[in-house]
Amino acid sequence: MSAKDQGLLKTPLFSLHNDLGGKMVPFAGYSMPVQYPLGVMGEHNHCREKAGLFDVSHMGQVVIKGNGADEWLETLVPGNILDLKENSIRYTTFTNEEGGILDDLMITRRDDDIFMVVNAACKEQDIKHMLSHIPDHLELIEITDRALVALQGPEAARVLARFVDGVDEMPFMSYTEAEINGVPCFISRCGYTGEDGHEISIPADKAEQVCKTLLAEEEVEAIGLGARDSLRLEAGLCLYGHDITTETTPAEGAISWSIGKRRREEGGFPGAEKIIHQIESGDVDRLRIGILPSGKAPAREGAEILDANDNVIGVITSGGFGPTFGGPVAMGYVQKSHSKVGTDVFLQVRKKKLEATVAEMPFVKQRYYRKPKIT
Amino acid sequence: MTIYYSEDHEWINVEGNSGTVGITDYAQNALGDIVFVEVPEVGDDFAKGDEVAVVESVKAASEIYSPVSGEITAVNEELEDNAALVNTSPNGDGWFFKISISDSSELESLLDEAGYKNFIAGLE
Repeated sequence: MSAKDQGLLKTPLFSLHNDLGGKMVPFAGYSMPVQYPLGVMGEHNHCREKAGLFDVSHMGQVVIKGNGADEWLETLVPGNILDLKENSIRYTTFTNEEGGILDDLMITRRDDDIFMVVNAACKEQDIKHMLSHIPDHLELIEITDRALVALQGPEAARVLARFVDGVDEMPFMSYTEAEINGVPCFISRCGYTGEDGHEISIPADKAEQVCKTLLAEEEVEAIGLGARDSLRLEAGLCLYGHDITTETTPAEGAISWSIGKRRREEGGFPGAEKIIHQIESGDVDRLRIGILPSGKAPAREGAEILDANDNVIGVITSGGFGPTFGGPVAMGYVQKSHSKVGTDVFLQVRKKKLEATVAEMPFVKQRYYRKPKIT
Repeated sequence: MTIYYSEDHEWINVEGNSGTVGITDYAQNALGDIVFVEVPEVGDDFAKGDEVAVVESVKAASEIYSPVSGEITAVNEELEDNAALVNTSPNGDGWFFKISISDSSELESLLDEAGYKNFIAGLE
């Protein structure tokens, strides 16, 4: 172990990353692979064309047990959890009293409990937040003995179905438990790339074995955090701490779709008054939008967005080069008056003022699995 | 002509008082796939160590520092359409700019090829 890794946590796949030639960097307190020898561009393209395997074991896996866990969770998140069907997954957020976003997360209703996946950088704080509100009859368990990986890409489901019958026919945002070569796994049809695929929770001591099995399939390559970021950016997906934060609300962050009709009518979650008012009235100061720079220069996080008269009207929160899009792509916040798709704006990138346009997201079409319709 | 190297991984190929500058194979390899290069403008003056160009990979932007002081006399316009030249030919077609060297004594603080090889061996 090199000195620079000291103090960093390791996922159960740490030694596999080293065997695969992963370039390890600190991320959310963990030593994680930013890329493998294939490189960010090659990994990105491979995932869009075939299938990529990502280690996301740094993320938090939490279970809530007890009667009424769904009802209680609705006091912390604006998502509709009460009506979530068994083995279904929902995207939602933890909000604060000011309507800001504390984290975004996936919630799954299982047979007997609620399973959730939260962001690595927020997991400690999320757990503390939940524990400070949890009633005595419910139990919160952080799962620390399972790895979490994502297998993503147009070939991903077909590859996984070689080991688990039927996973290629699971609906998008659904959950099942099954064995991969005898290893009991939690399998969720979701991801963070805009592609079809699954996230797989695996007992830590068997994670390397299962990953080696998947990587041995000719369609599959290991993908690092670098390509994970460019893939999710092209898909228009938010990165917590950047595109959504405690300073942004669900309406400003353009994720109002994650708050259903019943929750908008009933409220009952932190910041409900402000959030519901913003959604119903459209009364927000700024909005998260897509930005397409007209030239070839990428605009990165922190670049100011200007109007034609050099007034600062917003800021880029995520930006870079989109390998599949074939040019620079970004997202950020602008004043509502400048948020219409097609609006011309300027980006201050170092000393240059670059032309750009407010654009629709995603930049690359999402290809989530939809069950074929019977005609 | 003589090639010198900086500890910031630039090379400068010196002929008379003119130098051609690019980044080393080690640097392009560390940066990964390069998607954009912002080169300086002809006529701009830079002091040794000034930020003179920016290299963008998929993941990040990295500053390039001028290995010597002087005035830019030419830039590689090919990079505008094909930044990947820096990856495929860092020492050749992927050059960044030419600079007229204002103080050739600054070259003495740079490394020769053997010195640079030793330097990067120490980074592994």
